[in-house]
Amino acid sequence: MYSEKVMDHFSNPRNVGGIKDADGIGEEGNPVCGDMMTFYIKVDDKDRLSDVKFKTFGCGAAIAVSSMVSEMAKGKTIEEAQKITPELVAKELDGLPKNKFHCSNLGAQALNKAIDNYLVKQGRKEPSPEKHEHEEGESCETN
Amino acid sequence: MRQVYLDNAAATPLLPEVLEAMLPYFSKIYGNPQSIHGWGDGARDAVEESRGKVADLIGGQPEEIIFTSSGTEANNLAIKGLAQAQQTKGKHILISSIEHFSVANAAKTMEKRGFEITHIPVDKHGLVDIDKLAAAIRNDTILVSIMHANGEVGTIQDIKRISQVVKKTGAVFHTDAVATAGTIPVNVADLGVDALSMAANPFYGPKGAGALWVRKGTRVIPLLDGGVQEGGRRGGTEDVPAIVGMGKAAELARRDMKSRIEHLSFLRDRLIKGLISGIDHVILTGHPQNRLPCNASFCVEFIEGESMLMMLSAKGVAVSSGSACTSRALKASHVLTAMGLPPEIAQGSLLFSMGLESTPEDIDYVLEVMPPIVERLRQMSPLYDKFLKEKKGG
Repeated sequence: MYSEKVMDHFSNPRNVGGIKDADGIGEEGNPVCGDMMTFYIKVDDKDRLSDVKFKTFGCGAAIAVSSMVSEMAKGKTIEEAQKITPELVAKELDGLPKNKFHCSNLGAQALNKAIDNYLVKQGRKEPSPEKHEHEEGESCETN
Repeated sequence: MRQVYLDNAAATPLLPEVLEAMLPYFSKIYGNPQSIHGWGDGARDAVEESRGKVADLIGGQPEEIIFTSSGTEANNLAIKGLAQAQQTKGKHILISSIEHFSVANAAKTMEKRGFEITHIPVDKHGLVDIDKLAAAIRNDTILVSIMHANGEVGTIQDIKRISQVVKKTGAVFHTDAVATAGTIPVNVADLGVDALSMAANPFYGPKGAGALWVRKGTRVIPLLDGGVQEGGRRGGTEDVPAIVGMGKAAELARRDMKSRIEHLSFLRDRLIKGLISGIDHVILTGHPQNRLPCNASFCVEFIEGESMLMMLSAKGVAVSSGSACTSRALKASHVLTAMGLPPEIAQGSLLFSMGLESTPEDIDYVLEVMPPIVERLRQMSPLYDKFLKEKKGG
């Protein structure tokens, strides 16, 4: 079902954990719907993500996506990291099953939220209202 | 690495005696049971012998058995066929909120055809609320379908008591016994039902073999129009090897039921006790006593089922989960949510289902590998993080 790369990142996830004095924290998803990811970032004086860590509640794909996003983002500038799209994450993982693609959305979104959180703290961006989004056709309904 | 298969609710291995019984019907005895010649006679005799064995397993009569391709087909035939046959009396159907999709979705289809469906709730253990069922029955209720046991959480319903309620009305009473027939004693007279679905694969028979028992005199409209097969109630050439396999598996299940139940219950209780005492925040789902002998189902808080399933698989252990991530609908198990479990806890469901080949050593192996898996996943869980922070704060 999963590519070897997904299985590798699931079995040996990179950058698991939190950062105590994180410069930005971003949370995406909802345990009611399935997956939830929290990303923590440290940003250096050259606007580079010097450290990226994550915590994830979710399936194999969600954990692998979190791990891959953290790897892709680490060392990049804010501007470069903002360009990490769900498609790029899925590609780096050698693909995701169709019904798991939403996991790569969550990963990219959670990272972006952490970056936004940092930029807002810096006064470089206006805070945006919290909202809980769904993929088309998905819902939190459970029956 | 040790290989431990604990997914018998999904599929059991074929018993060697069953395979042996089936083999001649793939090659030597290949006639069509409907043919009027020697080749046909051999196949027909085998089908009828199996019909008798399957009927014996549930205390029915051979002519009351309709062979189908699966439990799903049997359930579809029951819901659609019985409802259509009764529709001049009314169009109201009652089902429980934890029915298998083959009942629930067949009922949905009937709803689109103008029938009205009422879902009867269950309590936290998955037991149908009989008072609510009694209150929901109306003059135009024609069909009540309540499963005998739930394959996911293992809860066994008090079908006998439910049938006493249904019997006071003119409604036909069907039970989905796919999880129980061949596993625990099932007797249609004791249960007081009018129709009962079953399948061979939960009791070491082949996949692709099922049956609907319909009490003599109860009309059912066929799903498949065809020839005179199955008394005109299910068209299509019979799958003779599968039917023979189901018959043999039924015969063995009847013979060995007591010892099978003892073996499975022992392993089930060992696993339940070990996991509950060995890991914090593990919830046993289903009824604490009235549960299938093979079923040990849990929700592990703060982590997600598929991740546990995959990590167990890496350790050679095969199990199931009702988490959203393992379902194409991306929704948590409707059974667990109907039992009142919050979705985020239902996401962490794990179903261990023991089989005849399972051993105490298998269970001990699971009890050894599970705690580090749970610990590892909780270390990366933001929900567990929040729980710990709240605990500290509180």
